[in-house]
Order: sequence, then structure tokens, then C-alpha cells
Amino acid sequence: MEEFLWFKDITKQFGSTKAVDNVSLSIRKGEIFSLLGPSGCGKTTLLRMLAGFESPDKGKIILDGQDITDLAPNKRRVNTVFQNYALFPHMTVWENIAFGLKLLKRPKDEIKREVDRMLNMIQMQDHAYKKPSQISGGQKQRTAIARALILKPSVLLLDEPLAALDLKLRQRMLLELSLIHDEVGVTFIYVTHDQGEAMSISDRIAVMNNGRIEQIGTPAEVYEAPKSSFVAAFIGDTNFFDGKISEVLDDEYCRITVPDLPPMLCFNDKKLAKGELVHLSIRPEKFQISLDEPKLGPKYNVLPGVVEDVVYQGDHTRFWVEVGDDWRISISRQHTRFVLDEKPIQWKDKVYVSWFADDGFMLERYREEDEDLLQTPPQTVGEVEEAQDRDSSTQDLAVNETGD
Amino acid sequence: MIKKSKVPGVLTWGTLLFFYLPIFLLILNSFNNSRTGGGWGGFTFQWYVKLFQTREIWHALQNTLIVAFVSTLASIVIGTTAAIALHRYKGRLQNMHYFLVYTPLVVPEILLGISLLLFFVALKVELGIGTVIIAHITFCLSYVTMAVLSRLQDFDMAILEAARDLGANTWTMTWQVLIPNILPGIVAGGLLAFTLSVDDFVISFFVAGPGATTLPIHIYSMIRRGSMPLINALSTVLLAVTFLAILIYQIINRRKAGATS
Repeated sequence: MEEFLWFKDITKQFGSTKAVDNVSLSIRKGEIFSLLGPSGCGKTTLLRMLAGFESPDKGKIILDGQDITDLAPNKRRVNTVFQNYALFPHMTVWENIAFGLKLLKRPKDEIKREVDRMLNMIQMQDHAYKKPSQISGGQKQRTAIARALILKPSVLLLDEPLAALDLKLRQRMLLELSLIHDEVGVTFIYVTHDQGEAMSISDRIAVMNNGRIEQIGTPAEVYEAPKSSFVAAFIGDTNFFDGKISEVLDDEYCRITVPDLPPMLCFNDKKLAKGELVHLSIRPEKFQISLDEPKLGPKYNVLPGVVEDVVYQGDHTRFWVEVGDDWRISISRQHTRFVLDEKPIQWKDKVYVSWFADDGFMLERYREEDEDLLQTPPQTVGEVEEAQDRDSSTQDLAVNETGD
Repeated sequence: MIKKSKVPGVLTWGTLLFFYLPIFLLILNSFNNSRTGGGWGGFTFQWYVKLFQTREIWHALQNTLIVAFVSTLASIVIGTTAAIALHRYKGRLQNMHYFLVYTPLVVPEILLGISLLLFFVALKVELGIGTVIIAHITFCLSYVTMAVLSRLQDFDMAILEAARDLGANTWTMTWQVLIPNILPGIVAGGLLAFTLSVDDFVISFFVAGPGATTLPIHIYSMIRRGSMPLINALSTVLLAVTFLAILIYQIINRRKAGATS
């Protein structure tokens, strides 16, 4: 396949921290590609190197067959939508959008035609002569996109473009972004720390952590078949089990012994041998929960447990069930039926937790600290706040790292 | 009903009198036909007539304006570039730079005057209007830098990156995006510098040579020669000019506010 945009062995260091650590990445023409990861994972640095605001310590960036690694930002056919829009405050919306074409010294009537076309696309004709301080967040966002797209870039970079908007507007803008992408067909590179945004807009996602790429794939691939514990825990929620293969069955299945639990049946897609260590990830919605022992086929696992916590959330209910001595399983049960007619499952109820053997997914890489990313109910009052404090302090650090 | 306290009223009027009574007396005395100003000797315009006939005063005013314009212009250019450099680059050398720029703001003027004088003498530079201009640039520059720097601190640097991203080179980025956005800071710094330069006595006193007398220095020598009524007239004229300038500024400002809303 023809390489369109290619990051080749990119490394970038700020002081003693490696912001980007030997990353190689190939992006196809016309796709929406997301760089997803927590703050400080290197996604913004990667984007800034593509825009030309940083240069890599090692490696090459090749766009459409041309090495652009050392090209100045104003010489690249790449335009950026900045996190806080970075509109020129002293210019009107019209002048902001026209800025790029004016620099190219295009004829006046061409500039007018193009700007009007852009204004039409973003539905901002009525606000053309307002200053950025006089328009709303969503309008600023659209202006910033139009300002970048008017130059017909090969690649449009979007750096957390929705971070400054409120939730409702964010969901709307996400759909608008997809519409704009369909209309212009330009390659979008979308940087975000919000897995929901990345999942809903992207053709493919690269999940990043600590300057490295953990996994690249379609949204469904990274969700259903995570390669590492980080990907499994960062995207959505999951349950981890670690154990040993105790028996390899001939029909591509195996039995896994987890301490304190009865052996589990699991699909052995990694072709592991007896005695090997294995880490399983099972998504909360893959479990069934029932008060009576379910009658299921041979390819199912069933565990008895006790309900520890119940959180009703309208479309689904979240259960935390204690199984064995010390295992807590997070279960999400979708409400496809009228809930009030059913016998409710309550705190301290004895329940059966079951799942299909194929739904446990074997991870290639496992790190214990990724368990901190999982949703767990607080055990003591105040625990949540402490966790938040920790989060915000690490975020501050990350901001310092990525800032120049 | 709560009894109204008289204290705020008394304080307000007391403060106003304290500030403005001397100025009022000065204006009054400029029309007083008595040389000493001890009592009212009748209304007269003679001090104004004399004032406009005294050539030294006009020469001093001319010097003051030349010094103020040149040093303001120079300190705007140097101060703005210094502020941009201070904002953009960080490091130990920049800390030194900041310290250097900041020093003239806190060092007593008399020290600055003496050191500049010693400096010029050591280099055998002839004192004159040139030395006054150089001396004024040294302190005006700090005010411009500080004014621009504070403006830059509110400025989102991503805007410059956006300009680069959209195809601007350093030159167009600076002139079309950076300068228009920090212009209020530059103007404020420039006005401050101009006022300080016109106003300065201590430093000018040390470094002004013969023929480079500025207005404040000339006024000082007039007091020593005892021409009080002339000074009163001159001060009234200056006051009127200042008042007019503020009035015009206010009118322009109000018009602008009316146009945008």
C-alpha cells in the first residue's frame, strides 16, 4: 500500500523525559486517525512535530513521499485546529478565515469567494464581521476549522478541539466534524484524551502511553481485542484476572486456574502452552448476573458470588460482585426489558455470574499499575477525593511537560 | 432614622482641598498684578505676555519636547524587543536581563544621575542634548518593557503558532499578529515614558550641558532668580494643555465605545 503519512522511528526528549519514544506510525489518505492517551503520553508532541513546532531528536516524517522533518511550519501543507482555537483576537471572523489566503497574495475576488464558501459550510454567514470575543465557543471552534481548511491542507490536525466545550456541545460538534470530514475528504489527525470522542469519530485509533504506542486499530479492535492491560483499562472499563494455564484442550480452548477461583474455560487464541502465565481482560457487559443458577452450555463459566454494590444508571445497572475470597467483578447489565417487573438484585444478594468462554480476552502485556485506571466503588469516605487529587497533580505535571 | 455621619463629607472635602487648593491658588496668582503674590494686586495678563516674550523658556520647552520624542521612540523600540525576548526565552541570562531592566525602576534617581554623569565624564563625552536623550532612554526603556511584558503575559502564544501554521513567516507573524495584539501595552508604555521624560528633573540636571536646559531645569533656575509670577503663568499653561489632552482622549474613547456597542 502507498504510504501517505509516515512517522518513522520518532524520538523526542524534553530534559530527562522521553515525550515520544521510538514511535513509528503510518496514516492512510482520507481517514480520521486519532491519537488517544492520557495527558503527558506524547500525543500532542507527536502532533506538534507534524505541524512543525517541534523537531524530532531522531527519526523522519514523510508526507506524500516528501521528507518534511525539517520543513518550517509555514512551508507544510498541514494545518492545525488549536486546543483553545487561537483565533486572532484583533481580526473579525471573516479576516481570520481569509488570513492564510491573504498571505498567499491570492486575488481579492478569489479570497472573497473562498471565504464565503467556508462561512457557508460552517453556517457562520451572519457572524462574519464579529470579533472572536463576540461569538460562542462552538462558533469559535467552527471558525478555527474553516481558517485551517481554507488552505486545502493535505492533513488537518485537531489538537483536543472539543476540550473547551461543554458536554452537549461536544457531542454535537463531534457529529459536525464528521460531516465536515465527509465534505472535504481531507485526512484528519485527531488528538484527544477522551476515549468516547476517539471511538465515535475515528476510522482508526493509536492508543498511546508514556511516549509509546500501545496499540493501533479500529475502535472495535482496540475495545474488543486490547493488546495490553493499559488499552483494556483506559478504553472503557474491564476486569483483570491473572492465572496459569492448567490444561490445553484440543478444540482451541484452555483451562486457566486463578487463585481462589474454580478453573475457567477460555478461548486460547494466543496458543499458550500448559503452565504459562496469562492475564485475562473481561469487559463488564460480557457478564450475565442472575439470582438463580443459570442453565448454560458447556462453553460458559459460572461463578457464585455476593453483590457488594449496585449503581442504577437508567439504561444499565452497574454491579460489583465479590467472588472467591478476594475477587471483585464489575458487571454492567443493559436494561433491555422493563426493569420494574423483575425481581431486583440487591446488596448482599447471593448471585451467579456467568460469561461465554470466548469473551475473556488474553492480554499480551500486563502492568499492575493499570489496575488504578479501573472504576471501583470507594471503600471509605474521602477515597475518591484523594484519587482525584492524585489525578489532577499528575495532570499538572503533564501540562508542564508538553508545554514549551 | 439613622443619623448620617458627617465624617465622610468632611474627609472628602478636606482631601479635595488638600490636593487642589494649591493648584487653584497658583492659577489665581498667575493673574495677580503683584510681584510677590502676598496679596491681590488686581487682575493682569502681563505675566503671560512676558512668558511668551521670554526666549529661554521657549528654547527649554523645545529641548524638552525633542528629548521626550526621541527617547520615547527609542525606548519603545528597544523596550518592546526586550519584552518579547524576556517573554519568549527563559534562562539564567534572561534573569540577569530582567534584573538589568528592572533596576532603573527601583534605583534612586539621584544615583542614576550621578552614575550617568560619571560615565559620560569618564568617556569624555561632551554634555548636551545627546547625553540627556541617552539618560532618558535608560529609564524610559524599563517602563516600556514592563508595560509590554504585562501585556504579553495575557497573550496566548498559540496565536503566533497559528499564524505560522497558516503560512506566515517571522516578519508577517510579528507585524500582522504580534504587534497589533500588544499595541495597547506599547502605547501605554510610550505614554508613560513620554510623561516621565517631560517631567524628569533630577537625572536631566546632572547630564544636561549648557544649551541643553530642559523645561523643569529652567523652571528651577527661574525660582532661584525669583520670577514666581512667570512660573505661575507657565504652570497654568501646562495645566491647560494637560487638561485639554485628557479631554480629547476622553471624547475619542467615548466615541469608540459608542461605535462598538
